Amino acid sequence: MPQMTDERVRAGFARQEDLSLLHEVSMKTAGVSRLEMCIQCGTCGGSCPSAADMDHTPRMLFAMLRAGIREEVLRSNTPWMCVACYHCVVRCPQEVHIADIMYTLKGMAIKEKLFVDSTAPDFSQTFVEMVETYGRSFEMGLASRHYLKHFPMRLPGMMPMGLGMLTKGRMAMTPNKIKNIDQLHNILERAKTLEMTS
Amino acid sequence: MSKYIFYPGCSMESSAKAYMESLNTILEPLDLNLEEIEDWNCCGATEYLGLNLIPAYSLIARNLALAAKQMDGTKTVVAPCSACYLNLAKADHYMAERPALGDKVNEALAAGGLHYTPGTLDVRHLIDVLVYDVGLEKIRSKVVRPLHGLKVAPYMGCMLPRPDYQHRWSDHERPTELDDLLRALGADVIDYPLTTECCGGHMTQISPETAFELIRRLVADADERDAHLMVTVCPMCQMNVDAYQNEMNHFFGTDYHMPILFFTQLMGLAFGKQPEELGIGVEMVSSRNALADIGVEVPVTQDPSAPRKKDEGLPMPRRWTKHEGKEVVK
Repeated sequence: MPQMTDERVRAGFARQEDLSLLHEVSMKTAGVSRLEMCIQCGTCGGSCPSAADMDHTPRMLFAMLRAGIREEVLRSNTPWMCVACYHCVVRCPQEVHIADIMYTLKGMAIKEKLFVDSTAPDFSQTFVEMVETYGRSFEMGLASRHYLKHFPMRLPGMMPMGLGMLTKGRMAMTPNKIKNIDQLHNILERAKTLEMTS
Repeated sequence: MSKYIFYPGCSMESSAKAYMESLNTILEPLDLNLEEIEDWNCCGATEYLGLNLIPAYSLIARNLALAAKQMDGTKTVVAPCSACYLNLAKADHYMAERPALGDKVNEALAAGGLHYTPGTLDVRHLIDVLVYDVGLEKIRSKVVRPLHGLKVAPYMGCMLPRPDYQHRWSDHERPTELDDLLRALGADVIDYPLTTECCGGHMTQISPETAFELIRRLVADADERDAHLMVTVCPMCQMNVDAYQNEMNHFFGTDYHMPILFFTQLMGLAFGKQPEELGIGVEMVSSRNALADIGVEVPVTQDPSAPRKKDEGLPMPRRWTKHEGKEVVK
């Protein structure tokens, strides 16, 4: 009953709904996100193993998306605390692609530089730089760079594990590079241009 | 001989070498031929998807496009890592579900002279192929050293049975594939309700306290149920539960000792292979005692924190034992 909504808005009982943020997030998500279908049941938060460490449960975050409060949403640590275990995804009665929406929100927060703690965004970026350079992940380079920047005090404590992994041949000192790295670079460069224009 | 296209994934070359080594030993008895994707690249793990969309999916799709070129009597791509499996399956699924995404990804692939039509390949995990293609009967028939008396906690992990785009698993939260396979090896499979709970994934790197709690739950539950060891199907799960167990213990003041092995290592053992061939002994939480109970002797590997055993080498300061404060006689 849209007419009734308008009357309520005119009378000052309600705010005109602005769903642009909701649609933006939905459109930027891979696949059909079904974000608009959320019925606010809270099954997601109740199924989440890391909800205790989140600023907002996924349900709250989706309500905030619907309310269009962009900055609060993108500053929330919730997407960064998502462990991508897909428990919420298989339990959601509306089949919302919750984990993929979290990926979208991370990307938006990075682009708009709205994250509060840079540990996770930096980790993603370092990982991706390694992959873009070599075509394969490089654990040794990744771990050492990441720990030096974000957990330097934990480095001494990590030494036995790092040494163990090295001596047991479970961590390579040098990266593996794919043969056709130029092809990968061309693909990614084109993909990045497409991302900007989409 | 059944042929499959194989996507190993980065960790099979490093942290999960034992998985690769043990997998290699069971291929022949099971008549499996895995043909590696020529010049495959990293799937981006859980990191690239959080940065941007089209590059992330293009990175994954390059592998699918290369794999499609190698289709010769088979359209199945097998991945041994749950994260790789999910990423490949996800790209295949979403490129079809959102044709706009599929088109853009293909536009990017074209810059490298590649193309992938979603739906061309079947993306499956190694254990899926072993249980449903090879079959438990055949696996059981190859067992020469049944693992009787070895109490194992079957740890399936989260990214394998979920979100399950192609409905391949018996259940999303309590799938029984791993249990069935381990039972076929003769192992004593315990009831392990946390089987598909998360190991923390990349949280060990960005919010360690969150990860430690998730690892603690898994290890504590397996320990409470008297498991000798946990069994995994994923390099990430193995890494988190194994390599971070010590730190987790330190954080909570606990002293759990719960080894975690790959299911292929146990298959190898049951097939009569030697622990050395199976990469047993390179885990950080040693499975030596657990396996000694069933008469398997694991070779001792040099523990970096243990005193040096050799006389030769560079001169080092003398070591003192903690208890006596006396000089250690070499």
